Formats: sequence, C-alpha cells, structure tokens
Amino acid sequence: MTSADLISLLQGAAVTVALSLAAIVIGVPLGLGFAILVWRRIPLVQLIVKTYVSLIRATPLVTLGLLIYFALPAVGLQTGPVTAAILTLAINTTAFNCEIWRAGLMDFPKDQLDSAQAFGMSWPHTFRRIMLPQLARTCLPALVNEMTLLLKGSPAIAVVGIVDVTRAAVRIGANTYEPLPPFLLATALYAAIVFVFVRAQRWLERPSKLDEVRV
Amino acid sequence: MIRDFSIVFENVDRLLIGLMNTLVLSTSGLLLSLLIGIVFAAALMADNRFVVRLTRALVDTMRCIPFLLLAYLVYYALPSLGLNFNNWTSGLLAIVVYNAGYMAEILRGVWAQLPRESIDAGSAFGFYGWNLYLRIILPQVVLAAIPMIGNQSIQVIKDTAFLMIIAVPELTHAASSIQSKYYVPFAAFISAVALYWAMCSVIEAGVRRVERIAQVRR
Repeated sequence: MTSADLISLLQGAAVTVALSLAAIVIGVPLGLGFAILVWRRIPLVQLIVKTYVSLIRATPLVTLGLLIYFALPAVGLQTGPVTAAILTLAINTTAFNCEIWRAGLMDFPKDQLDSAQAFGMSWPHTFRRIMLPQLARTCLPALVNEMTLLLKGSPAIAVVGIVDVTRAAVRIGANTYEPLPPFLLATALYAAIVFVFVRAQRWLERPSKLDEVRV
Repeated sequence: MIRDFSIVFENVDRLLIGLMNTLVLSTSGLLLSLLIGIVFAAALMADNRFVVRLTRALVDTMRCIPFLLLAYLVYYALPSLGLNFNNWTSGLLAIVVYNAGYMAEILRGVWAQLPRESIDAGSAFGFYGWNLYLRIILPQVVLAAIPMIGNQSIQVIKDTAFLMIIAVPELTHAASSIQSKYYVPFAAFISAVALYWAMCSVIEAGVRRVERIAQVRR
C-alpha cells in the first residue's frame, strides 16, 4: 500500500461520514415529524407513515439504493450518485428514527401534558418547552445506536457508484493483489468513526447545569 | 407500468430462485451463528479472564465493522491466505461469522438478567458446567431472547442483499438481473421489496406467537 492508497482510503472515510451525516441531519427531525403525526393519530396520514416505516424496516439498503438509482430516472427525475445515496440513507434512517421517537412519545407521562394544558400552554409551546427536552434525552441512546447502524449499512451506496471506505479498500486490494492491509485499515476507520459517535453521545448526555438546579 | 410488472411476472421463476437462495442463506446462516453464539456466550460468561477478553475482542470487532466489509474480507482476502471458497460459501461464511458475534451478545445480555434462583436450584440438584448451561440456563435464555433473535433474523435477511455485490444469486441479485435485461427498474425492485416485506412480516408474526407461548410458560 502506498501513501496514495492511504489518502484514497481517508477520502473514502470522509465520503462515508459526509453522506451519513447528511442522512442523519435529514432523518432525525423528519423522523420526529412523522412520529408526531402517528402519535396525534392523524387519520390516513398515520396509516401512510406506518406503512412506510414497516416497508422500509424490511427493505435492504442495497435494494433501496438500486430502486432509487434506477427507478427515479425512469419516472423523469434525474439524480446523480450523491443525491441517490443521500436519499437512500435518509429514507432508511428516517423510518428507524420515526420508530424511536414514536416509542419515546408513547412513554411520555400524560400528567405533564395535562399540567401544561392547565397552565394554558399552547401545543407548540408545550412541545418545545416540555416535551422535546425530555424526549431528546430519553431517545438519544437509541438514536445514536441507529446512527452506528446506518454507518455500518452505508457501504450499500457503492451500488449507486459512490466510492466510500469499503469501496476504496476493495479497489486498493484489486490493484495491489494484497487485499488484507486495506481491509484491516478500513475496519479500523469504521471502528474510529463509530467510536466518535459513541463519545459524542456521552458528551451530550453529560449532566448539565440545569440538572443541578433541578436537584 | 402494468406492462413492466407483467414482464417481472413472466420472469417470476428467477425471482423465486433468488428468494430461495435468500431464505436458505439466512436460515442456515442464522442457525449456525446461533450455535456458535451459544458457545461464545458461555465464553463471555466464563470465569477464565483470558477467555472472556479474547471472546469480547472478537465479538466487539464483529459488532463494529460493516457486514459488506466482512463479506469482502472473506471473499477476497481469505484466498490470499490459501483458503478458497466460491461466492455462495463465502457469503454463508460471512453471515455466520458476523452474526455469531451478535448472537453471543444477545444471549449474554439475557443471561445476565436471568434470576439467580433457577440457576442456584439447578446447581443444588447437581447440575454443573456445560450440563448446567445447556439444560437449565440456555432454554430460559433462548426463550427470553426470541424477540431479539427475531430482530436479528430480519437484519440477516436484509444483510444477504449485500451479497449480490460479490455475485451471490440472491433476491436483489435476481431483481437486478431482470431489471438490467428488460429495463424495468421500478417493477423489478418493488417486487423484491414486497418479497422482503413478506419475509419480515412472517418473522414478526412468528416472534409474537413465541412470545405468547413464553408468557404462558411463565
């Protein structure tokens, strides 16, 4: 392995992180939005969201990627590999995030909502000041867990022509006839990325000054 | 659009062969990985610290890397060490090795939550070692772990789709070959998605059933 190979592996890692982050930035809030629609039992919309979640939970990322990459142009929507990749990852992670947020919403203590109403808080206000801060706390571990799952699924976007870490490692292995070193390095890179996510979770979970006041 | 689906329907035999391969790969992969996971779980709960550390490192590595990377490793890197497998066996091997780690972790987690009484009662009746594990601990652990094993099974079915990249003729590979021959991308992949959905629904229904049986037993 040359230094050029090393650079292409690192570039692949940057692609993996960038595309996954893009999907997370889309998927986490969108998942929350969908979860609220189900939680508030909006007729029809709730059914559509539930079907979407159930379908996507069962669909492999590879199949979803191929579907988006080949079928969208067939209906007249031209997408490049990057758009297709972000769409694939975002559609996938939104469904799983929706399930996580929904579980959080279902477990949310009803008496808090009643007291908020008794104090005359509007629903958006209640949501922003009462629900979201607590929901974010309880859902964070599951959300980060889903992010690491997304990272581990992200090599699927190789099927739409993206060169991520895994694809870069395969290319180097094919050129040098020594696949083991790039694969091991790629493994270390994934471990490092996942480690950063888990550390970020610890950091977000750290006790804040607000908690001290509350105690 | 209807014409596209009728093309897929004319090639339904290819899709069904792919479905068969996906089913055979997932079930045999799951059973083998569960067997290895049972041994690994015992190693994770062992008294010998060296055994625990070694197994923990192995299990954690598997839980850290993407499945596709492991499949590539088995497919491309093992031959350079003198071990040659065809695509299908490489795929199966990757599924087994990868999921053995997850199964071990699932079983260990459930085992750690198990009430002490039944285990103590078992040893009071003279069960020890593997006999205690296989006859007293494991049946309870597996029954309690069924929902998680079900989730993992869904994950395995979805992971088999990665194997199309190393040319294993599974469901997504079949859909992809139909699409590239007739250019019917939407119909081909939607049919595959529907079949994946059906498989996962069957697993979910099965898990619910077993959960009910487990509740009755308790």
